[in-house]
This record gives sequence, C-alpha cells and structure tokens, in this order.
Amino acid sequence: MYRYDEFDAKFVAERVAQFRGQVERRLSGALTEDQFKPLRLMNGLYLQLHAYMLRIAVPYGTLSSRQLRKLAHIARVYDKGFGHFTTRQNLQFNWIKLVDVPDLLSELASVEMHCIQTSGNCIRNVTADQFAGATPEEIEDPRPLCEIIRQWSSLHPEFVFLARKFKIAVGATEHDRAALQYHDMAVQIVRNDEGHVGYKVMAGGGMGRTPYIAHTMTEFVEREDILAYLEAVLRVYNQDSRRDNIHKQRIKILVNAIGVEEMRRRVAREFDEIKRMGTLQLPLEELARITAYFTAPKFETLSDEMPEGGAGFADWMKTNVHAHRAPGYAIATISLKSIGQIPGDASAEQMDALADLMDHYSIDEIRVSHEQNLVLPHVKKRDLPAIFARLKDLDLATPNAGLITDIIACPGLDYCDLANARSIPIAQALSKKFADLSRQHDIGELKIKISGCINACGHHHAGHIGILGVDKKGVEFYQLQLGGSGAEDAAIGDIMGPGFGEHEITGAVERVVDHYLKVREPGERFLDTYRRIGMEPFKNVVYQEQLYAAHAG
Amino acid sequence: MAKAQEPQMITANRLRDGEVLYWKAGDWVLALSEGEVFTDPKTADIALAQAMNYVTENKVVNPYLFDVKVAGGDIKPAKEREIIRAKGPTVRGEGKQALGAFDVSL
Repeated sequence: MYRYDEFDAKFVAERVAQFRGQVERRLSGALTEDQFKPLRLMNGLYLQLHAYMLRIAVPYGTLSSRQLRKLAHIARVYDKGFGHFTTRQNLQFNWIKLVDVPDLLSELASVEMHCIQTSGNCIRNVTADQFAGATPEEIEDPRPLCEIIRQWSSLHPEFVFLARKFKIAVGATEHDRAALQYHDMAVQIVRNDEGHVGYKVMAGGGMGRTPYIAHTMTEFVEREDILAYLEAVLRVYNQDSRRDNIHKQRIKILVNAIGVEEMRRRVAREFDEIKRMGTLQLPLEELARITAYFTAPKFETLSDEMPEGGAGFADWMKTNVHAHRAPGYAIATISLKSIGQIPGDASAEQMDALADLMDHYSIDEIRVSHEQNLVLPHVKKRDLPAIFARLKDLDLATPNAGLITDIIACPGLDYCDLANARSIPIAQALSKKFADLSRQHDIGELKIKISGCINACGHHHAGHIGILGVDKKGVEFYQLQLGGSGAEDAAIGDIMGPGFGEHEITGAVERVVDHYLKVREPGERFLDTYRRIGMEPFKNVVYQEQLYAAHAG
Repeated sequence: MAKAQEPQMITANRLRDGEVLYWKAGDWVLALSEGEVFTDPKTADIALAQAMNYVTENKVVNPYLFDVKVAGGDIKPAKEREIIRAKGPTVRGEGKQALGAFDVSL
C-alpha cells in the first residue's frame, strides 16, 4: 500500500501543528466559533448531538494492521472503545473532546493518517472498489489512480473552497461495487477498442435532497490526460455552480440545469485549455512509481480446492467469500452487521484482533467497504476455516454479505446533529426480523439502506428497499422507497407513499418482501421483480394490510 | 423561537469537550433534570441573553431554547432530538444515561 514520502509526512505534520495552534486560539478566545468552525471542519471535526465527532480519512478504504491498531488505541484512549465505519469508507469517533484533538491527530500522523478533507466544501476522501487489486474482474487496480487523485486534490488551491462538497470514486470492473454513478464525479477504468487502458469519466450524480444518476462526460480519456480532464470538470463546476442556494450547489444541479451536452461542451473547452497549457500531464513514470506501492504480493502457487470448515463455514463461504485473481486465494468479507448490532461499528478489541488476523493470514491489509463492512483482500483458501473460526469468536463471522440483514444505516438521530429520525434502531429491528438464515437465502440479494435525514448518508435512494427517516411534528416517521440501486444498473428508488411510524416500518418492509417472494419468477432478485411489476402491487399490499392490521388491532 | 405556552429550557455544548449542558440560575449543569425550566417566555429570553455571555467567554457553544413538558415534577423535552441529547444514544448505554441519574424515557 502507499507509504508517505518526505513531502507527505511534512505536509501532515504541518497540518497537525497548524490545527494545534487553531485549537489553542479557539480555547483562549482569539478565534470565535464562527471563525473556528470552518477550520475544524477542514480537519474532520464536527460538533454533534452529544459531543465532537471526528471523521478520519481512510483513503480508498485501505488500512494496514498498524493503522487499525492505532485506531483501536484511539478508540480506547480518546473515545468510548469503538469506532463507526462509514459509507465513504472512513472511520468516525463519536465522543471526542476538542482539547484532545491535536494529540489525537499527532497519533494518527504517526501511522500516516489524517482527517484532512473529510468535511467541508472540498474534494472529499476518494473511494474505490473494496475488492481492488484482488478481484479477477478488474482491468487494473484502481487505487493508484485514487492515490494520484488524492495527491492532486489535497489542498488544491482552486478547489479548497468549492460551492459544496465534492465526492469522487474510482472503479475498474463492470460490476460496480463503489456506487460510481451516485458520485459528483466518477472514473471507471476501461479498455478501448484498440485495447488501450484509459478512463471513462462520469459527473453529476448524487444523493441528498435531489438525487441524480451521473452522466457520462467522456467514454475515454488517455492515462496522461486524466488529471487534466478531472480538473476541467472541477473548473466548470467551480465557475458555474450556483452559490446562492445551498440546495442547488452540487454539480448534479448544474449538469441537469444546463443539460449534459452543454456540460460536456464546457468541460471539453476547459480540457483543451488545460492541455494547451501542458501543465497537468500525468507523467507515466509517476503513475508507475505510485502503482508500485500497490503491487500485489507475490502469490504462492496453491491448490484451488476449497477447504472444509466447521459448523456455519459453508454458509459463510457462500456469501462472504469471493473469487480472487490468484488460484488458491480468496477475498473474505467481514460483516459488521451481526444480527441486531449497529451497522458499521467495531470495538477496539475487534480492531486489535482483526489486525492480528491481517498479520497472520492476509498481507497486512484490510479494506473498508462503502457498505460498512471490512474485507481481507488476499487470503489463502486453506486458511479460510481458521479465519472463520477466529471471526466467529469475535462476533464478526455473520454470513450475510449482500443479504437482507447486510443493512447500511447512517448514525441517525442517535448521534447526528442533522438527523430527523433514528436509523440504527430500524436497522436493528429489521436485522432481527429477518435473522433466520434460510429465509435470508430464500430472499436472496436484497439491499436495505436507511438514512435518518434527506442528506442520505445511509444511501436510501440506492437501496433496493430504501428507508428515509423524517420528522413529523417532532415524531419520527419513515418513508419507504423501492427499486433503487447503487450498482452498474444504478437507479433512484421510487417513493411508495405516506410514511410509517417507528413501530410500523419493519412490518411494512416485511410485507414488501413477502409479496416479492409470492410473485417472483425463477431467478429474479427483488430488484428484478420490482422492475418487472412496478410499485402498485407492493403499494396495495403494504397499505391494505396496514389498514387491516389497524382495524383488527 | 418556540411557542409561548410551552415551558422552555436552555441548552448548549461545552466548548472544550462538547458536553451537553443545561442552564440553571446563571450557570450550567450537566443534567436536564437539574436544569431551570422557564414558564414565562420573557424570562427565558433574558436567561438566554445571559447564557450568551458564556459564548463570549469561550466556555460554551450555541446556547438555545427548547420546549419541555413538565408533569409531576418530571421534565421531558417535547422533541425526540432533545430527549436523546439529554439521555444519550438509544442504541448504546453511553452518554449521560451512563451516569445513572437521568431517566428520560422515549
């Protein structure tokens, strides 16, 4: 994985020292809260419902065991013994004290980590496919490009004060595990008709109040031109986006206001200009230098046979183990969604134990997925039974990756200052309702995603079943959406109708699922059935039965 | 500003650690149950103006008024947001509820 060079280390150390000074000046009163707020946000520090929350960047979701141990240490010393993995592949701590943050940042810097650009109106942490470098499906590892984008976008003088935040993801497979089309800008590594590897660039996607699927800006950009092209898109956004209305400041609004053709024309004009200047050509030797950091380990020649395991091993293999590009190896997904638990949370003890597992069985590397799970990218198949047994001890072996209990949920009103309703208890209730594993397998792939407000950190627009928490006169209500997808068949879920109370929403979801099981055709996932029959049959079942239940009750 | 007929309290976060605080007679306390309830909006506004001095002194952040219901001597915030703030997350037993003295059920 990438290691800081002298410049990176100096840059992060200077930022820590700078923020230490800013915190001191805030505490002494030399800075007011209004002056300090944008400075703390630039360092990932929010003031939430109960305390300060610190968001730590995990670039493209890759962590070393050394880094994970440091996060466990921080959880113990500075927080309440756990951390929360987010849908941007980052980690959040919920109980941080402002006075501790400078020391905490110093600790992070000692393992080449920071919180820069995890908040504020700038280019945020670049995300990637959690199977990067391991899956046989990809054209090449997307992380070298992510790292180049990270370096280009860190404190980029033009893009530090954008109209709004800007999120970029990179993928390299047909099957999209990084929700590319829901990003402000996304890069898909592709091969053109001549067999050359280059980049397809999309822009204008996003969730939030006004969800949009991204449009293709260009089908192919040459390797050395990618930064020039990305800069061209950012320039058009920076120059032409509205700054008068917070709800209309994202690039998705611009693209859809001026139209995709006009957007492409403006980007092409900027791209030509940048290319003429010749300052943003990506030297191929630099690309090779960065790529070298991500070179896969030398894989041993191993038997490709799947080993036998103890009780539950076969179930875990079915959903949580995926094909690796090297024979005899596998990718193992570690579910952070054990039944009834808080999606994405991991305790300090679990993090430490996982770091040991990484050292023993993986190549000192773990990935955070945007679905709030962890992934061991390179494990030997013969070690899978031992890994499974250890994960079981840690309550991390739930065999539900991609199933209905593998639920994304934002922190919601339990922690977040912006939330209107709680998300986590709904996720927990659904997880318990569908806990039976044979039922989960019968239901098949079904992604539930829950947000506690319209900002959509829980990706509800992209859920096969999406749930949005709203505030109705001070009481939590939940809207149901069906048919969304964050994968290559990206779609925005349709709103079913009037919302449900806290105690009604799980029943409503169950009626949707039961109806799907009743009417599905052979081989159909929930999403396929929904696309075939539409909202009406589900709506009828959900509301009629609710009415019946109300009368019967 | 909240509706005049509802009793109100004042809350803020402590600057140095973010701790949730409640206003009581010119100072701050940790527990909602120990905070001051204002039945008269004018008195509440005067207290809020006093509470703002702590912002100037860099002790607290963002003081504001919120509605509560008082029944049988028990204080309960009108909105779930403030109930959760007063007690702690409903999904883990941490925050003020960990201190044991704050029975603010949802």
